Amino acid sequence: MKRSILIPLKTLVWLACLWPLGVIVTGVATNQLGPDPAGAIASDTGLCALWLLLISLAITPLRRLSPRLSWLIKFRRLLGLFVFFYATLHLLTYVALYSGFDVHAMLADIAKRRFITIGVAAWLLLLPLAATSTNWAIRKLGGRRWNLLHKLVYLAAVGAVIHYWWKVKPGVLSPVPFTVVLVVLLAARPVLAWNQRRKLRPVAA
Amino acid sequence: MLIGKPSDFPSSAITPKEQYLNRRRFLRGAVSGVVTAGAAALGAEQLADVFAPRTRVQAGTRLQTVQSPLTTTGEQLTSYQDITTFNNFYEFGVPKDQPAKNAGVLPTRPWTVAVTGKVKQPKTFDIDALLKLRPLEDRIYRHRCVEGWSMVIPWVGYSLSEFINQCEPLPSAKYVQFVSYYDRKVEKWSNQTSIYWPYNEGLRMDEAMNPLTLLTFGLYGEVLPNQNGAPVRIVVPWKYGYKSAKSIVEVRFVSDMPRTTWNTMAPSMYGFYSNVNPNVDNPAWSQRTERRLGLPFYAQRRTTLLFNGYGDQVASLYKGMDLRWNH
Repeated sequence: MKRSILIPLKTLVWLACLWPLGVIVTGVATNQLGPDPAGAIASDTGLCALWLLLISLAITPLRRLSPRLSWLIKFRRLLGLFVFFYATLHLLTYVALYSGFDVHAMLADIAKRRFITIGVAAWLLLLPLAATSTNWAIRKLGGRRWNLLHKLVYLAAVGAVIHYWWKVKPGVLSPVPFTVVLVVLLAARPVLAWNQRRKLRPVAA
Repeated sequence: MLIGKPSDFPSSAITPKEQYLNRRRFLRGAVSGVVTAGAAALGAEQLADVFAPRTRVQAGTRLQTVQSPLTTTGEQLTSYQDITTFNNFYEFGVPKDQPAKNAGVLPTRPWTVAVTGKVKQPKTFDIDALLKLRPLEDRIYRHRCVEGWSMVIPWVGYSLSEFINQCEPLPSAKYVQFVSYYDRKVEKWSNQTSIYWPYNEGLRMDEAMNPLTLLTFGLYGEVLPNQNGAPVRIVVPWKYGYKSAKSIVEVRFVSDMPRTTWNTMAPSMYGFYSNVNPNVDNPAWSQRTERRLGLPFYAQRRTTLLFNGYGDQVASLYKGMDLRWNH
């Protein structure tokens, strides 16, 4: 892809990723988040992190579909870092607005409340991925080890969706779309890989 | 002291309508008024119903109320805006702001409440008859949601016991069950859940007869907005909010503990009693503290009180019972 297209497109993706933050900040500033602003911020940042995570997971299967889509890879790091950004805001909402920086309460929550346990675990899985996102880290680790490490994103995604299911009341179906998309994306990988192997296999004489 | 004499909190001290009626509501009222007038001029009554359902006209109507010795004093009231735009009424959508947007379609007139089960004679009460059964009282109650937030709400109603006495339950009636309105075509948002509708809740007979248990018709001195459970609901202030069933169409007297909605969905999370209890955690989160909505972030967090602070009036109902087991 030409630089003259890539740069404006990247700028647009940046703006799109920052848009939810802008909406939240404006909401706080103008007191438009409803009677429970803490709840609104927690839910908005969480949903945002989850959607971006699913979008970043969609890049590899989409590239496999057609060689013409290979340029999508240039956006994966950007999206991944925004996932980490919103996940961190989500965590900070819990730390600051729900726990009031009470370390004892937080440790008790992490030990006892399964939806918090798995949420924190998913964030911890994202942490090394964000930390090794630079070109320097990729060179230092070597492509193979870096790839292996970044497979943790699948665990984080599964953890995040379970976190959502455990957070909502039994019977509430709002995590269904996320679950369906994640299952499709996870299933797409082996299916596409198998398809590719089949094409490459030499035809038997 | 949590419960004051009537003189402690005159109904005149309740925020007057002018202060909380915001511009948007005023405009909406004005628009629906104009539409109604226009439709009436056309002589099309049905058209009026389409554009400005009678439910809208009902909600917000001023009610004649008297003071009550059972009102809670010393609490700052949550604003009308917050009480009416942050609702758990899943039949009209799961997100908290949805019921306020969707519940306008709830047909609150005509409305009847059927009394069935272990009673001398099954009966049906018309909502307008219920409104006149006893003087309507202003009752300020703390409202604690199982999700960990709370409000202070000036309800309007009379003790459920007054109504139960009219129902003439048999001695074999040990529990009373409340069934909410449900019409899949009206409440199409209910498919956002896998809950088995209609919603139902229940109380033990002595809980239902406790004078604090309120048969509720209004809030802030006015007819209930639909999203708050119009035209008639239960309010049980010492229990988590979901025990207070909304938009009731049937009151059923039964001899066995009824299978209530949330208790059936997840018995470990939602016990039949569901008394507010800071010492018994919900498996998913702690109930030790709560966030009082409407206050600034830093001032919201407060300690949750056993029986939501109504222990003086209700603790005797549970004498000798293990409140952890009977959560």
